[in-house]
Amino acid sequence: MTIELAKTPLDAWHRANGGKMVPFAGYEMPVQYESIVSEHQACRRAAALFDVSHMGRLRFDGDGSDQFLDHVLTRKVADLPVGGVRYGLICNEGGGILDDVLVSHVETPSQRRFHLMVVNASNREKILRWLTPILDDFPTVTMSDRTQLTAMIAVQGPAAMEACKRLFSFDPTRLKYYRAVITDQFAKPVIVSRTGYTGEDGLELIVRAEEANRIWENLLLAGRNDGFIAAGLGARDTLRLEAGMPLYGHELSESIDPLSAGLGFACTLEDRSFLGSEALRKIADSGPSTVRVGLRPEGKRPAREGCPVLDREGQKIGEVTSGGPSPTLGYPIAMAYVDRANADDSEFKIDIRGKLVDAKSAKLPFYKRPKS
Amino acid sequence: MSRDESKLLYAESHEWVDLAEEDGKAVGTIGLSGFALEQLNDLVYMELPELGRELTAGEEFGEVESVKAVSPLYSPVSGKVVAVHEDLPESLEKLNDDPYEFGWIVKVEISGENSVESLLDHAAYQKQCAEAG
Repeated sequence: MTIELAKTPLDAWHRANGGKMVPFAGYEMPVQYESIVSEHQACRRAAALFDVSHMGRLRFDGDGSDQFLDHVLTRKVADLPVGGVRYGLICNEGGGILDDVLVSHVETPSQRRFHLMVVNASNREKILRWLTPILDDFPTVTMSDRTQLTAMIAVQGPAAMEACKRLFSFDPTRLKYYRAVITDQFAKPVIVSRTGYTGEDGLELIVRAEEANRIWENLLLAGRNDGFIAAGLGARDTLRLEAGMPLYGHELSESIDPLSAGLGFACTLEDRSFLGSEALRKIADSGPSTVRVGLRPEGKRPAREGCPVLDREGQKIGEVTSGGPSPTLGYPIAMAYVDRANADDSEFKIDIRGKLVDAKSAKLPFYKRPKS
Repeated sequence: MSRDESKLLYAESHEWVDLAEEDGKAVGTIGLSGFALEQLNDLVYMELPELGRELTAGEEFGEVESVKAVSPLYSPVSGKVVAVHEDLPESLEKLNDDPYEFGWIVKVEISGENSVESLLDHAAYQKQCAEAG
């Protein structure tokens, strides 16, 4: 049986420009164009454009949207002001992570307010199935899946904001980090947020599907002299790993809770109740069983997902969840879960396909952009 | 002198082998094809076998790792590893430019019965690559 893969509105552009297409979360996505390393470096030095249209975009309209979201998210969003963006998690009753999401509260030019939730591509259908029955208790709230009708473009890197400023009819540098706004660009509404998944400054744009190619090409053109290039999912992964950001399916899953994943900042446990809050309070009281740590294996050989992590005595105490070379740092890096007892160890060993390699603990994030 | 890639034999798993006589012994020099290297892109690591290791045709003898993936290296022939290109893992950036000369990985002294019939000649290998796109 072959499963029909979805295409993003930028599919033809990717193919015409050397994109190496791979199946990912039900979509055909470019993993790279020329090279993961050069795309990674372009993002760190200038800016890179990412087609992230595969990410799910769910819109919530109606009175009580804020209460509904507050009920399903680990993070308080009832007080999210218009123009605000918040990172949070959707957990099951046991505190297991169903997805990590961004919620924006925005207002249309006609003063209609709504919430928008961006979910992981691989979890979109699961989250739709999870939220639908809960919506029965919130009859005034409607959920609409905007994924197919829109495209999403991330423009990330030190040169991103200035180029967008030249291109846009408003000044995006006035938008603060984790703020979002709906603005008319090229006579069409675009949701612009100062967010990203690379560790760089930049924007994420949600545009109408039929506008995607025009805006994409205009962004590339606006940054042509600055060295903007298109980057694929490969670079997106190495960039987020350097930035110490968890990725669903690797660091996050239903068998891990947000506190063990080091995402306590995204859980508002005081004075509120939400799906999973009881379980999370118990975990908070007893302390999480594992911690997410950064590791730097010695030598050049990257430790990959699934490699066992051992303490200095050779006892297995954890596992690598993401690992690879760091193009910026020039050595391999990895994220891993280790037992809480070993959280402060400075030396570990990693079993890389049968060979024990010494590894040192490394502070997350591995890479922090220089302050501008 | 550069190795003529059209005279080499290829495994379906993209290793090339150059069969030659050295000091009266049949020796196969093994590398990875330019096509495979282009697909892998951005190499970061290579694991080589120990000298003297006995390999059977089709056996994994090492691995090459790109940013994204780990790919095993399979020996196209059976025999003993008699030379290992120790400088290669430190110069992976040169591999893509010169896969057939600088890019040799190991030399294997071919032992006993060795069937090379399952290997592809250059034309057949090129056809395979073209089909793989």
